[in-house]
Amino acid sequence: MSGERDIVLREQFSVAGRDFGRAGTVSTTIKSMLKQIGFPPDVIRRVAIATYEAEMNVVVYADRATVTFEVTPAEIVVTLEDQGRGIADIEEAMREGFSTATDEIREMGFGAGMGLPNIKKNSDDLKVTSEVGVGTTVRIKVLAHQ
Amino acid sequence: MKLREVAAILEAAFISGEEQGDMEIVSVCASDLMSDVLAFGAPRVLLLTGLTNVQSIMTADVADVAAVAYVRGKRPENGTVELAKQKGIPVLACDLAMFEACGRMFEGGLLPGSSVEESQ
Ligand SMILES: Nc1ncnc2c1ncn2[C@@H]1O[C@H](COP(=O)(O)OP(=O)(O)OP(=O)(O)O)[C@@H](O)[C@H]1O
Ligand SMILES: [Mg+2]
Repeated sequence: MSGERDIVLREQFSVAGRDFGRAGTVSTTIKSMLKQIGFPPDVIRRVAIATYEAEMNVVVYADRATVTFEVTPAEIVVTLEDQGRGIADIEEAMREGFSTATDEIREMGFGAGMGLPNIKKNSDDLKVTSEVGVGTTVRIKVLAHQ
Repeated sequence: MKLREVAAILEAAFISGEEQGDMEIVSVCASDLMSDVLAFGAPRVLLLTGLTNVQSIMTADVADVAAVAYVRGKRPENGTVELAKQKGIPVLACDLAMFEACGRMFEGGLLPGSSVEESQ
């Protein structure tokens, strides 16, 4: 496990619910930062995809979130802590194809129910915790050396 | 296949990025659902989609999609082309329905994502 002193980069961002105009910009910023540091393309791609799916979930389903992005020599950790409706049954939400997206959201290209499964597939460790009516925290970890 | 050959086969016009016409395209992802695009794990991908909002380009950028072609005569929404230019992703538009666009790409020798992954 890497300790606090190993952190080479730590940044925080905020994401606003329903702000489709800016949706995805935190993920693409994180992607550029990882590129600059010089991580392998595969690692960057996995972080970018997992973060983007989680960021879109905040935009679609939550009110706002704080995103914490931490890089150590061994791993990249992205934590999205949102305030919003929360998820009642996380196991159900993680299932491929499960979605509560409205028709309006589907018309925008979301609501396949593949976001959380995609996050799981692209991360080396994923923790989702939630409290209904309070919010959801998604912690994505990707190892720097696959 | 070069992107400009893709454009010719689809009878598509370049909306932006024509100078990248020599770009090599190997496979095609056809979907209106962004999570499908993000789950598509092949390189040198052309995204065929009827979704013309800013998110189509944002998703393409995150998924490392090489180029985007809009089908069914749809034209990109405001801000979409600007973002595509900024990200260096060429954008095409054609009048074909998704089914015909896919058929022509398949006939032209482009591969489904699964077979590209297998052959690597
Ligand atoms: N941050 C969140 N807050 C509240 N509910 C959420 C959150 N993230 C996901 N959910 C719930 O979990 C369901 C499944 O999420 P998932 O990302 O897998 O699919 P989706 O967002 O519906 O569709 P896709 O991601 O394929 O566009 C959502 O439909 C929603 O009900
Ligand atoms: Mg989602």
